[in-house]
This record gives sequence, structure tokens and C-alpha cells, in this order.
Amino acid sequence: MSISETDSLSHADLSHLRGQFPILSQTVHGKPLIFLDSAASAQKPDVVIDGMAEMMRSQYANIHRGLHWMSERSTEAYEAARSRVAEFLGAGSREEIIFTHNSTEAINLVAYSYGSLIRPGQAVLISEMEHHANLVPWQMLRDRAGIDLRVAPISDDGDLDLDAYSALLSDGKVALVAITHMSNVLGTVTPAARLVEMAHSAGAKILLDGSQAVVHRRVNVRELDADFYTFTGHKLYGPTGIGVLYGRRELLEAMPPFMGGGDMISSVTFEKSTWAPVPAKFEAGTPAIVEAVGLGIAIDWMESVGFDMIEAHEAALTKHALRVLPDVPGLSIVGKPKDRGGVVSFTMDDVHPHDIATLLDRNGIAVRAGHHCAEPLMRRLGLTATARASFAVYTTEHEIDVLAATLRRIRQFFV
Amino acid sequence: MDACSLYDAVIVARSRSPQYAGTAKAETARAQGTNPLCGDRVRLSLCEERDGIRDLRHETRGCAICIASTDLMAETVMGRTKADALELARRFTDMLNSQSSAADLDDEAGLPGALQAFLPLKTHRSRLRCATLPWTALGEALKHD
Repeated sequence: MSISETDSLSHADLSHLRGQFPILSQTVHGKPLIFLDSAASAQKPDVVIDGMAEMMRSQYANIHRGLHWMSERSTEAYEAARSRVAEFLGAGSREEIIFTHNSTEAINLVAYSYGSLIRPGQAVLISEMEHHANLVPWQMLRDRAGIDLRVAPISDDGDLDLDAYSALLSDGKVALVAITHMSNVLGTVTPAARLVEMAHSAGAKILLDGSQAVVHRRVNVRELDADFYTFTGHKLYGPTGIGVLYGRRELLEAMPPFMGGGDMISSVTFEKSTWAPVPAKFEAGTPAIVEAVGLGIAIDWMESVGFDMIEAHEAALTKHALRVLPDVPGLSIVGKPKDRGGVVSFTMDDVHPHDIATLLDRNGIAVRAGHHCAEPLMRRLGLTATARASFAVYTTEHEIDVLAATLRRIRQFFV
Repeated sequence: MDACSLYDAVIVARSRSPQYAGTAKAETARAQGTNPLCGDRVRLSLCEERDGIRDLRHETRGCAICIASTDLMAETVMGRTKADALELARRFTDMLNSQSSAADLDDEAGLPGALQAFLPLKTHRSRLRCATLPWTALGEALKHD
């Protein structure tokens, strides 16, 4: 696609862009679909859908092991996707990109493999606003390895408490920090470069969970100086079943494999196996070949729209939402972080988030409601559940206006 | 706004003003049900005598469906024998979980009228647990002998 070189999407550009997402023209319960749940999973443009189908139609076979034309084409496409991801993240080399099935698996890989190098008495530091995916694997490591798990608090506004973060690092026992780059509940964009610098100064490595952040802003892992960075394809307008772990090469090389199987070995006898070099060491078994290619196409598509454009459009949407939603009687926005991405969680007096979500759905509007896989954060906020509207590059201000108007009517219905 | 049949007037009314909120005066049993997916929590306080359930009160933190279901359950099972109440719990849960359409079940289920307000949940399966949570807790409360 081609979009004019301005810093935001014009009405015509947005309309053209939306036309590339076939699902957006669907109706739900007889109403035009307003999809405000992209933080859970984004919709897919035609190029991703068609590109994946085309690969299965014309150039598909298993990779790395076939000595035939089809396998070679399929391997090329899969490895080209790896190169594309490496370029997208600004990695030092393509070998630093490990394909996993999702961000959860990428974090589990680090918790299992890098975690096995962490000794009793050392600690892992997370924050109060982690998704369960960046919390439970560390609890499991703590219980398995006898390490300490520390939790950096957040302020009532939903920002990370940097003084407390610094204090938790100060004894030099933290081996690894694992922290979100953008909260899926509060929308808080954490000051990643500063967190990395502080972690490194205290002798710790750092993993950033980029599942939300990478969708909305350009990320460069070398500029951030991150040791590990994870994200998932399906939130990035790509398919499900494909995730990414970026790891600094020397760390990946020092880490033991996560899973054993085909493709991750160098040689195998009944007595002993030796491991393939990275990244193959961490990709046991047949990977998600078509999905990796789909992710590469999704990244190409995002780059064609342009991250400056995406960021400007989503910032405008978020600003608009933060202006119109608080005008709905009884509505409270959760958190007030200094830097917020396109995620707005809210509650409404006397109306439970699940009732909000069901009634919005009846009016064609898809939002998420619940604890958003962040129960400890909900407890910290004194809530059991929230409703959440999340925005994507295809979201319009008009959709947010319809959300606000429908929320007004829902409140009238209940109160 | 399309409020959908799920939010029957009786459900909305009971969720706003539950009639059986609180604790039973001569409590003989209590139970709690929670839904980890949404944080809903039902606390039941029961007074059971030899001939049946004399009183049932609840403290419910949850959505409209959950509060109304708990309140209407309390109304429906009071005065029933334990066996009767458990049978009703089974029929209510089976009704919601069965694949038959709501129309087919209207007559067959033979459920007290108020409970039929929940029949539209059959097409909102993600919300089924909101209505069945208090009934599961009731089963726990009556399990004691």
C-alpha cells in the first residue's frame, strides 16, 4: 500500500487501510463490527492471509531436511522471515532470533534455559504489572531452583516505581530482570532503556516482554541494549502460533537447550547428543513454518504503513479515548501512566465489566473484560476485573465515539 | 441499544436489589464459590433443618447474571428438602449445558418460572458459569452429610 507522507493517517488513507482487513466489514448481531480487542489479538490484513495460503498452495514442504526443490524453497522462505524479524528488531545477527510458538513460550524458554544458570541465592526481578506469562514461569523457576523472586512496585498512576526498582537491584543479587515493555492492562510504556541501564549497572541481565510494545512503536533491541526481547506474531497483524525470542548471541550460546528433538542437534548417539549452533539449538521439531512466513509478511505490511504513522495514529486515538470516555457518567479510567500506549482499561459504577462486555458485544463492539491475565495487578489496583478497549492501526475515532455512546446507554440500562 | 434477551427485567431488578443478601440468622452451613476468570465470588449462608432448607442468604460480588442467579436460587430453594434442592441444581445446570435450543427446553425443563429467565444464556456460553456458580456453591454447602 502507499500512504501519503504525513505524520498521521488521513480519512482516505484509513479507509484504504481498513479495506485491507476483510473481517472489519463483518457484522455482529446485525451491527457493524467495532473491534476494540486488538491487544488480545489483532486482525489480519489480506496480504498475510493470502501470503500464507499461497505458500501452502505453491511452495510448501518441511524445512532444513529435504533435499528437494520444495524443501529448499520452504527453507528459504522460513529463514527469510528470520532475517526480516532480525532487521525489524535491529538485532546484531539473524542467529539471535529464535522462533517460538508465542511470547509465553519465549519467556518460558529463557526461564528454563537461562534460569538453569541462575544459582540459589540469586534473584529474578519482575514488576507488579506483569502478565501471567511473565510471572508464572519465574515462580516455577523460583520453586525449582531455590532462587528469590522480587517484585518492583508501581505507583497508583500505573508507573513503575524507579526508586524501588533501583533499591531491589542494589544488593547485586539480581541475575535477571524480566519486565514488560508495555502493560496490557494499564497501557503503561515502561522506560525500557533506563531499566536496561539500571539492570546492567547492578550486574543483572534483562528480558523485556514486548508483546504489546512492539505493535505500537519501533523497537531496536541494540539501541535498548536489551539482553532478551520477546513478542508474539498474532498481536502484530500476523498469525497465531508464532512468537519470537531475541537473545544476545553470547547468552544464547551459553544456554542449554529448552526442548530436545529433531533439528536442534549436531550429532546423536545412544550415549550422547551434541547441540546444533544457535538458533537451531532452540528450535526442536518442525516449527511453525507457514506462520513464520506470515509473520514476515505482517512485518513488511507494518513497515509499508510506517511506524511513525502507526504511532501518531494510535496516540491520537488514545488521546481521543481519554477525552471522551471519562465523560461517560460513572466511568473511571484505570491508571494514569506518564506514557500510555493504545490500551484503556476502565470500570463503570455499578456495572460489572462482564455485563459491559456482553452488552457492548450485542451492539457489535468487541472489548475484553476480566483480569486480563494479570491477577496480582488487579489486586494491587483494588479491582477484580476491568473492561478494556484497545486500539490498532485500523481503529477510528468514530468507533471510540460509538463505544462511549453505547456505554452511556448501558449505564442507563443498569442504574 | 440492543440489551438482548439475556438481561431479562427480573435479572436486572434482582442484580440491582437482591432480596436475599446477607447471612442466615441461625446459620448451619456456609460455602463459597469463586470464578477465577472474572473474580466473581458467591458466599452462601444456610440454615438447614431436618425437613429442609429454612433460610439461605448470600453475599455476592459479581456481574448482574451472577447476583441475580444467586438471589433467585435463594428464593427458589428455600423450603425445599436437601434432595430437592440438589435435584434442582442438577436440572438447572443440565438445562444450561445441554445442546438443545432454549425453545425446546421451555416446557421440558419444568423449572420454576424465575429460573427460566436464564435460558438465553444457552447462546452466551461464555457467561454460563456466571449463572451456575451459586448452584455449585450450594452443592458444596449441602455436602456436609
